[in-house]
Amino acid sequence: MQTLELVKEKPSWADKKNTSISGSQAVLEALIAENVHTVFGYPGGAIMPIYDALFDYEDKLKHILVRHEQGGIHAAQGYARTSGEVGVVFATSGPGATNLVTGLADAQIDSTPVVAITGQVFAHLLGTDAFQETDVINITTPVTKWNYQVTDATEIPAVLAKAFYIARSGRPGPVLIDITKNAQIQKFDYNGYEPCNHIRSYRPTPIIRKEYVEEAAKLINAAEKPFVVFGQGVILGGAEKEFKTFIEKTGIPAAWTILGLSALETDHPLNVGMLGMHGNYGPNVLTNECDVLIAIGMRFDDRVTGRLDKYAKQAKVIHLDIDPAEIDKNVKATVPVWGDCKETLPMLTALVEKKEHNAWLQRFKDMMKEEQMLVIDHEMHPASDEMSMAEVIDALNDLTKGDAVIVTDVGQHQMVACRYAKFIKSKSNVTSGGLGTMGFALPAAIGAKYGAPDRTVVAIIGDGGFQMTLQELGTIMQFGAAVKIIILNNNFLGMVRQWQELFHSRRYSFVDIQSPDFVTIAKGYGVAGQSVNDRKDLKAALKEMLEHNGAYLLEVMVGKENNVFPMVPQGCSVAEIRLK
Amino acid sequence: MKQEYTITVYTENQIGLLNRIAIIFTRRKINIDSLNTSPSEVDSVHRFTIVINETEDVVRKLCRQIEKQVEVLKAYYNTNEEIVWQELAMYKVPTDVIAEKVKVERLLRQYGANAVVIRHDYTVFETSGHREEIDSLMKALEPYGLIEFVRSARVAIIKNSAGFHEKLKEFEAKDAGEKVIENVFLGKQEEVFTM
Repeated sequence: MQTLELVKEKPSWADKKNTSISGSQAVLEALIAENVHTVFGYPGGAIMPIYDALFDYEDKLKHILVRHEQGGIHAAQGYARTSGEVGVVFATSGPGATNLVTGLADAQIDSTPVVAITGQVFAHLLGTDAFQETDVINITTPVTKWNYQVTDATEIPAVLAKAFYIARSGRPGPVLIDITKNAQIQKFDYNGYEPCNHIRSYRPTPIIRKEYVEEAAKLINAAEKPFVVFGQGVILGGAEKEFKTFIEKTGIPAAWTILGLSALETDHPLNVGMLGMHGNYGPNVLTNECDVLIAIGMRFDDRVTGRLDKYAKQAKVIHLDIDPAEIDKNVKATVPVWGDCKETLPMLTALVEKKEHNAWLQRFKDMMKEEQMLVIDHEMHPASDEMSMAEVIDALNDLTKGDAVIVTDVGQHQMVACRYAKFIKSKSNVTSGGLGTMGFALPAAIGAKYGAPDRTVVAIIGDGGFQMTLQELGTIMQFGAAVKIIILNNNFLGMVRQWQELFHSRRYSFVDIQSPDFVTIAKGYGVAGQSVNDRKDLKAALKEMLEHNGAYLLEVMVGKENNVFPMVPQGCSVAEIRLK
Repeated sequence: MKQEYTITVYTENQIGLLNRIAIIFTRRKINIDSLNTSPSEVDSVHRFTIVINETEDVVRKLCRQIEKQVEVLKAYYNTNEEIVWQELAMYKVPTDVIAEKVKVERLLRQYGANAVVIRHDYTVFETSGHREEIDSLMKALEPYGLIEFVRSARVAIIKNSAGFHEKLKEFEAKDAGEKVIENVFLGKQEEVFTM
């Protein structure tokens, strides 16, 4: 078994001037120059020259062989989300490249910086339906921030530099570089690697308009019931400190989208909970009562807003975003504040008055008490013998003290984990928010562990999602990624079942999913584990999992027909949130 | 209210960009009435002219999505009143019928048309102008056995535009000036689109 040591060697490109190297070597030199230490991938015919070159770069680049290209890109996403760096994935042409599409779409909608490098058939075969040829550029155009096909090796250094710059700058996103086999093999005179920091037609960060910041400050200073909603922009901008200073000075209650989760510690007195379909009662209802809504680095996703025509109609909206296309896209902004919130927040903080909004904050607290009584207490301490998902998360909180990275898949467990997991550090919540990709968590957790090797990484997965990418246990086995896996097994595709119960007259159409013996399967992959069916064993099992040296799989059998509440039914206003 | 808008996009000359721009329309199920790409007044900068029938709100959002593409420098949208525009059309008619039954000189004068090709078996006329002008010549020729008709995409010049030379300098500078984000607006279309 290999260990999880990361390579920390310095880039070597500066010494390589005026030498003849292959396109493949140029790719690897570019990665090293961009400070990439870990690459996820899967070899194949059309990317073999790059893998051949990789053989000589083992001391500088760690390659993690995944079991499926989808696993590779989700791992790269997990890596990017915990490290704040660009995740890199290799795949071959044709099916290898098309297997990346889900991850690219996921990274695109969740603004995750990823560079995907795919092999392509020889340039002279392009467009001939050659073996394993697909038009990967056209297939991936709608799901990438930028993509480019290289047919000549001399282009490689500049194209890769551009790729990294585009992936990580402004609103981050996935970039795909497709390299034909001849370009990988071709030798050329290498003149070193120049990082890219300017592209004529690309303005990653809009110019901040001071007059709008001033206008925003005026609105905030005059507000009686201001409310902050924050998203991942705070984390992507590395603006956690600036954000906290802003809300602490203004005393404004702040609620998070699931991608904004962990940007502010859960127990912060101004943190009033989660927004959206399964968010908390107070922030949802009071969205429709606040007088000034300050949206920071979030994009008013429909899962957050519910019915747009009934969303915060009474409020003046201040929208801080780095992406001008997000302004007015869903919710009309009274004052837009373009720019990186790392820069705009301090400008705003300087102009706002120090205030406290105690009575207004108390409204959130009162509603939280109501939610506590009607929902949370029942979830945490169920009357039945069946365990609830919430009590598992609660027990995990007790043991990790909010210091773990939590990676979630998609479904009921995701909503429960996001609702109840506690965080004390940023970049601790990794989930597929926008695309809602089942099968995301296991490979993303592997990547998250490489992105944050010193932290405990716990993947929380449903029995359905786990079966979509469980082959990545093989990656864990081979590379020793010490990922802790909790399967919350209700023997159902729980979220769909919940909707069928509530909106389709309990017609449970194909949601009753049978699972294999997960613990035995894990054992087959050399991963330790156990299954827990009884509440009294839960805490000890979680403790054993966390203390185990290496990866561990814990299956927890939970209530078969538990529902996630509160819930804003689709087509309803956020104020119509249901507590049961 | 839906109306005709002409979107003008200044871009790098890059393979695949046409597809990226087209996808922005197709994924929203918006039909493109006409699309033209050509070099612009600036060497190395290409110009797309796209005509759609939509509400201003939708057009504004589309322009932002277009501008978001890495290789797009700028996207503007204008109503028909704000542009000078032309389409070109060609008409193929049988020469014998035309020669015998039509007063060709009068026809050409009336519709501002020219004869491009005159052969013994067919004649090709061309004209340029607004849609109605082009359509009316087609109607005039239809009774005489119009064999083929083709109309080009719209090309348009924005009345109130100083061109792209100056703006490009700002794009080329590392630190962008105000003009670069001109299309970033706040219900200030009049002020912002001051071309």
